[in-house]
Amino acid sequence: MGDWPILSLVTFLPLVGAAFVLLVRGDSVMVARNARAVALWTTLINFALSLVLWINFDNSTADFQFEEQAPWLSDTITYHMGVDGISILFIILTTFLMPICILASWDSIKSRIKEYMIAFLVLETTMIGVFSALDLVVFYLFFEGGLIPMFLIIGVWGGANRIYATFKFFLYTFAGSVLMLLAILVMYFDAGTTDIPALMEHTIDSGLQKWLWVAFFASFAVKIPMWPLHTWLPDAHVEAPTAGSVILAAVLLKMGAYGFLRFSLPMFPDATAYFTPMIFGLSVIAIIYASLVAMMQKDMKKLVAYSSVAHMGFVTIGIFTLTTQGIQGGIMQMISHGLVSGALFLSVGIIYDRMHTREIDAYGGLVHRMPKYAFVFMIFTLANVGLPGTSGFVGEFLILVGVFQVNTWVAVLATIGIILSAGYALWLYRRVIYGALEKENLKEILDLNRREILIMAPLIATVIFFGIYPAPLLDVMAVSVEHLIGQHSAGLDAVRAISVAGN
Amino acid sequence: MIYGLIVFLPLGAAIIAGFFGKWISDRGAQLVTCFAVSASAVLSLIVFVDIGLGGDTAHVELLRWIDSGSFGVSWALQIDTLTAVMLVVVAGVSALVHWYSIGYMSHDPHIPRFMAYLSLFTFAMLMLVTADNLVQLFFGWEGVGLCSYLLIGFWYKKPAANAAAIKAFIVNRIGDFGFAIGIFGIFFVFGSVDYETIFAAAPEIAGKSFEFLGLELDIITTLTFLLFVGAMGKSAQIGLHTWLPDAMEGPTPVSALIHAATMVTAGVFMVVRMSPLFEFAPITLGIITVVGATTAIFAATVGMVQNDIKRVIAYSTCSQLGYMFFAIGVSAYGAAMFHLFTHAFFKALLFLGAGSIIHAMSDEQDMRKMGGLYTMLPLTYVLMWIGSLSLAGMPVFAGFFSKDIILEVAYAAQSNVGEYAFYLGLFVAFLTAFYSWRVIFMTFHGKSRGDIKIMANVLEAPRSMAIPMIILALGAIFAGLVATGWFVGDGAEDFWRESIFVLAENDPLEAAHHLGWTVKASPTVIGLLGILLAWYLYVRRTSAPAIIAASHSWLYQFLLNKWYFDEAYEFLFVRPAKYLGRLFWQTGDGKIIDGFGPDGIASTVINFARRASFVQTGFVYHYAFAMLIGVAGLVSWFLIWGGA
Repeated sequence: MGDWPILSLVTFLPLVGAAFVLLVRGDSVMVARNARAVALWTTLINFALSLVLWINFDNSTADFQFEEQAPWLSDTITYHMGVDGISILFIILTTFLMPICILASWDSIKSRIKEYMIAFLVLETTMIGVFSALDLVVFYLFFEGGLIPMFLIIGVWGGANRIYATFKFFLYTFAGSVLMLLAILVMYFDAGTTDIPALMEHTIDSGLQKWLWVAFFASFAVKIPMWPLHTWLPDAHVEAPTAGSVILAAVLLKMGAYGFLRFSLPMFPDATAYFTPMIFGLSVIAIIYASLVAMMQKDMKKLVAYSSVAHMGFVTIGIFTLTTQGIQGGIMQMISHGLVSGALFLSVGIIYDRMHTREIDAYGGLVHRMPKYAFVFMIFTLANVGLPGTSGFVGEFLILVGVFQVNTWVAVLATIGIILSAGYALWLYRRVIYGALEKENLKEILDLNRREILIMAPLIATVIFFGIYPAPLLDVMAVSVEHLIGQHSAGLDAVRAISVAGN
Repeated sequence: MIYGLIVFLPLGAAIIAGFFGKWISDRGAQLVTCFAVSASAVLSLIVFVDIGLGGDTAHVELLRWIDSGSFGVSWALQIDTLTAVMLVVVAGVSALVHWYSIGYMSHDPHIPRFMAYLSLFTFAMLMLVTADNLVQLFFGWEGVGLCSYLLIGFWYKKPAANAAAIKAFIVNRIGDFGFAIGIFGIFFVFGSVDYETIFAAAPEIAGKSFEFLGLELDIITTLTFLLFVGAMGKSAQIGLHTWLPDAMEGPTPVSALIHAATMVTAGVFMVVRMSPLFEFAPITLGIITVVGATTAIFAATVGMVQNDIKRVIAYSTCSQLGYMFFAIGVSAYGAAMFHLFTHAFFKALLFLGAGSIIHAMSDEQDMRKMGGLYTMLPLTYVLMWIGSLSLAGMPVFAGFFSKDIILEVAYAAQSNVGEYAFYLGLFVAFLTAFYSWRVIFMTFHGKSRGDIKIMANVLEAPRSMAIPMIILALGAIFAGLVATGWFVGDGAEDFWRESIFVLAENDPLEAAHHLGWTVKASPTVIGLLGILLAWYLYVRRTSAPAIIAASHSWLYQFLLNKWYFDEAYEFLFVRPAKYLGRLFWQTGDGKIIDGFGPDGIASTVINFARRASFVQTGFVYHYAFAMLIGVAGLVSWFLIWGGA
């Protein structure tokens, strides 16, 4: 690719698309049609571009690739972009899901279509930016900037109680990000730079590490979300339009865990070791607590949202095992969860579009009218349960293999989650899909149309493909994960050496 | 190539029937799946002769699966004698059940879906038995569980079928919980999940201990126990058996294939497969013996009083699986496999025979509404006799050989648990004969108690159903005679070779061959007594059962209600889980976290905001604006002072 700034291209192409959408003029039907078309084409092209990134990615090195650096605020605060084996997968996940989201919004969004598409395209830029930023300030801008379109999407196109939901979202994320901003300033004063690769080499004093770790944790734990900071998520999901929920679950939640991988582990190794028991504790609670709560939900979206909390609990456990299997499993689980929870929200959206309710009790016996839908929903239910042969299994299994090596209690308690997930997922399926078709208003419900099949097909294909052959993902991240573990232990040694010398 | 075909032909057929059923019609779906699985069965026979009798082994690596650091597993096919036996059982019974289903399901509106599920099940089961590592085994294990779930709930209109399907999946998952932790532990200790590596290192690990859940425990005992928990779920051993009787909500061919001949024996297979590990865990083996024997007696007592014909046979399956496990417990893996082999024939035959009765009776399953059927269903009558004779272990029939050897090895083991298993097993043989003939007498003999309209339509099974049953009947008669030499005879060691491992000091087989005739003859005698009692109670003095039930009503209710396991579990687990779920949600999330967190703050802020500004703009814009100001502030701060 030479000097071609492909990473910036992938990052900012959606913004260009948004500008085009902004320029669309004409009567409202025309505007709607053109806005959709531009958004779809932009996201499709961007996906293709990101595949180029993947194809040209070199699996054999842990170095950052496709690096770009340009002077910006100062010598030490630069526009620095690049990807490694961890971040590239999230970029692909984002670009893969975007066209699906645009297609999913094709008919269900009826007002302000132009603005909606702009919001989504801007959101895509910020998401990709988060995963490719190699400077803390750049990262922070994308990380926080992405919230604006997300707020708009929930607040403008959301459900009846959307203001409450966005407000809750606001309170949580804002509180977290203020602390992160403070931490970034402190790090700048400590290291004299906000460059991420440079900071990874920099050793921070053990006491300071803990404060910084906590500040970053505040922001990331809200995002993931970890118990007990999770209550904004079910509300946000319930109120968000379908595509908003998809992005929220599939990508935005991953930013928190990505933050742990990119910052907490390599930069604050000592604090990471110190706080690991707490993370394990919160994660185990998240898995069991959220699974039990999911079982009792009456609203389909809330159920899926709580199941996300439980699944992200596995991710945080995996990351903090600091074992190869645990971290690779965690990343695998994130990719898989992105696909599966996204697909589950799409599935809910499909019947919501028809019946305008998410109440589980309002459905039942859909299989009689919607056999294709029943099949699709079954696949994702099984993937959610982590059945071997689906992508959900690989991640969960590796995480548990990893954590067993570190702490058997955590392994055993987390494994309870596989029983509970079967409970809530299959029970949901039974109540919605199986049984006799008795409700009058359901008797005319239509099966999937061609657009909906088009949306679901790639998701089914990837979930099964990566369940049977996850090597393409595991190979990409392998060297980077090894490097990360090495960085962590080297960092740990360095800070311990300092404290020994200080004594 | 041939191995690949055996495993993947059923998968291909399942995909064709499942996705293209509409295009190829019901008949097309039936033919595709029947022929594919039949081909797989024929090839399995060839492989059995080649590998089982010819003394060969094969290993084919298909595809890399999960590679993460030192953890690596591949998709592979590994065939040794143990696998070859399972191939014949699985593909063979499956093919027969496929053909049988053509007749049995002929009035069902969803034929392609049914055939696709059956074939998919066959594929998963074959993957399970051909695995060369624990994770692929687990794939097959969960895969058969899924198919079982789908097939139990095949008639998804019925709430009872849906409930039974979910119950089956979740109870199995509870077993899998132990199984999975066992696998994690095995990787932790052995650094691999491949059989070969594990087995090679087992003698070295034996006797060592590790820390598990804060306790210092013997490694192999702990790991094998965890694996056995998985086997208990899949093979419906006491405690985790509750799903199996309920699984009878599924169509009867499913009960024959999955819940009698193949899937439920996966637990037995797994433990036998892991024999090089279990052999170094005498404590686990002791537990297995006790659990197996207890299950055998528990299920037999419950089966004695059930009125649903399929439930009787289901409890009988549960009980026979108990036999297999206590054989394993005394290190007689060959005997366990032998009983698994013969049981597949006669139990599938009994289920298909029951299916034939149910089919003829327009889906009636309650034996109290049957009676006097033998003139109308002469073929089924004869076949049910053959199946029952084999199950009761009457001489010459297949079950005779396998049940006898199991009781003999239990006796020959000369241990406390072995003795426990032997005497319970002997009593179970009595109960087995009793409930089997109770079924025969209640359904075929006496006066007809059924609805007249239904009785007028009773027809003998069509040919597609009859032929598979006849083939199974041949197996139920001759399988023991033919195979006893291979499985447990003098040639057993040459037959099993490396696929089963027994420590020399544990092997009870030799001693069993030298037992006196009292031990050898007692199962048969006691079985005959059971038949006699059934005859007395259900033919001779038909008023007696009701009188006995009334005079021992406490005991009768206890058995009729299956020892109250379901009620106990509902009280101990299901209701607390729901209660906790509601508590965490409404009190935990709602009142505590939200109440003190965002809602508390929010209400304060909203009050403040309402007074301070115009609310119409919405919080979103406020935040966006605040954020922009913040960023602008940050940027200007850096521009001014940052360079310094």
